[in-house]
Amino acid sequence: MKRVLVVDYGVGNLLSVRRAFENCGARVELTGDPERIAGAEHLVLPGVGSFGDCMAGLRARALIEPLVAHAASGRPFLGICVGMQMLFAGSEEFGEHAGLGIFGGRVVRIPATAADGTSHKVPHVAWAELIPGPAAVGWEGTILSGTAGGGCYYFIHSFAPEPEDEGIRLADADYNGRKIAAVVGRGNVVGCQFHPEKSAQTGLRLLAAFLDQPSREPDPTILRRMSEASSEC
Amino acid sequence: MARAGRCAAPSSTRSASALANVRLVARLDVKATNLIKGIHLEGLRVVGDPQAHAQAYYEAGIDELLYMDIVASLYGRNSLLDLVRRTAEDIFVPLTVGGGIRTVEDVHGALLAGADKVAINTAAVRRPELLEEVARRFGSQCVVLGIEAKLRPEGGWEAYTDNGRERTGRDAVEWAREAVQRGIGEILLTSVDREGTRRGFDVELVRTVADAVPVPVIASGGMGTTEHLVAVARDGRADAVAMADVLHYGRLDLAAIRAAARDGAVAVRCP
Repeated sequence: MKRVLVVDYGVGNLLSVRRAFENCGARVELTGDPERIAGAEHLVLPGVGSFGDCMAGLRARALIEPLVAHAASGRPFLGICVGMQMLFAGSEEFGEHAGLGIFGGRVVRIPATAADGTSHKVPHVAWAELIPGPAAVGWEGTILSGTAGGGCYYFIHSFAPEPEDEGIRLADADYNGRKIAAVVGRGNVVGCQFHPEKSAQTGLRLLAAFLDQPSREPDPTILRRMSEASSEC
Repeated sequence: MARAGRCAAPSSTRSASALANVRLVARLDVKATNLIKGIHLEGLRVVGDPQAHAQAYYEAGIDELLYMDIVASLYGRNSLLDLVRRTAEDIFVPLTVGGGIRTVEDVHGALLAGADKVAINTAAVRRPELLEEVARRFGSQCVVLGIEAKLRPEGGWEAYTDNGRERTGRDAVEWAREAVQRGIGEILLTSVDREGTRRGFDVELVRTVADAVPVPVIASGGMGTTEHLVAVARDGRADAVAMADVLHYGRLDLAAIRAAARDGAVAVRCP
């Protein structure tokens, strides 16, 4: 049976994430124990609420180091919503906050206007279809490999990442002409801004595709970022 | 897949106002263990088992579910949370719970049971700071302000509580603006005048509030035909549309609703 570890660090309700993976046939472990996390194969980092609170929750449980180590190990890593945003170097939500820094770039507020200058709603709460992002690689072999037929995902967020490297933007969503980074990924680390566990059958297919992700060779770019970050300390 | 292609047409072919998909929300008013339906939020009749209805709407492609505990007694509270727990087991779309949410702990309980958002009305009118407390603790994305609005004889709308029975003296639009300042993420806007009548939404109310606030507005109360949906999404600028009666009594099915929405140039997701 497939197994997945969902990081439980005291924010939000993980019932839906657990049930969604169980629906995909996986055995789910919810834990905030750093040692369990260090031994995980497929790892999911969820997140709701504010970026700073989520990072504080990880820090208080001494989870930053094992999470970064997992990202550098080549084992499958999925971040969801704020869990995806925390993969980046930082966020401007309620002041400046440092993130895990696995990807370069910052999380910024969604513009209050559509591309044509008219005002639109923030938070962005909508079911949106994915469109190919600037990343040159296709979706084959990624968590999006089963989604070529389309389908919508449920987004609810006021902030979104601006990746330093456009090459990690696997998929975007269009919000009134504004492109939102919807799925980012490099090597074994992938994140989605939407909630697959709340995106009906389309979302369940994506979670099943994550469970099918193999471990890979550690990604050299992620390793380089990690070593630069540790030498800066 | 032709069906998928209709889900989101290329942005260049659509006007800005029609870009984001309008969410279709099934509103289930619940009393103890029963799904009920009233007129003007009163005169309640039992319709059936809420869980069975929720499951059927999920399978038919509903975008979101909304459970409103319209009695909100202590006994009802426990049975509502049981219902939320059972629903969250097998239904993978967003779930909002409202009715009788009075404290931060009530919110916590609803979220732990599996709700994604809570709708707060009466308690927020009594103590608006509650909205800030909940938004700070759990995030704005889970705070929905419930407004029950009634047309004033002199024009404008007044916010009511307790299923449209108690006046607040507050102007509905001003109250919406204040609540946004306090950190809410969405507004569930129910027209007490139209609720349960199947005569259509109060489009002017929805438009006025939607234009006044930067957060999404869910229009509720009055849907009887698919034309009503198109009107409130297009002219009312609703970001989401709640429907009850038309679904609970099987007057319309979701596939027909989606098709009619698209025919009316209202974008909706295809499940």
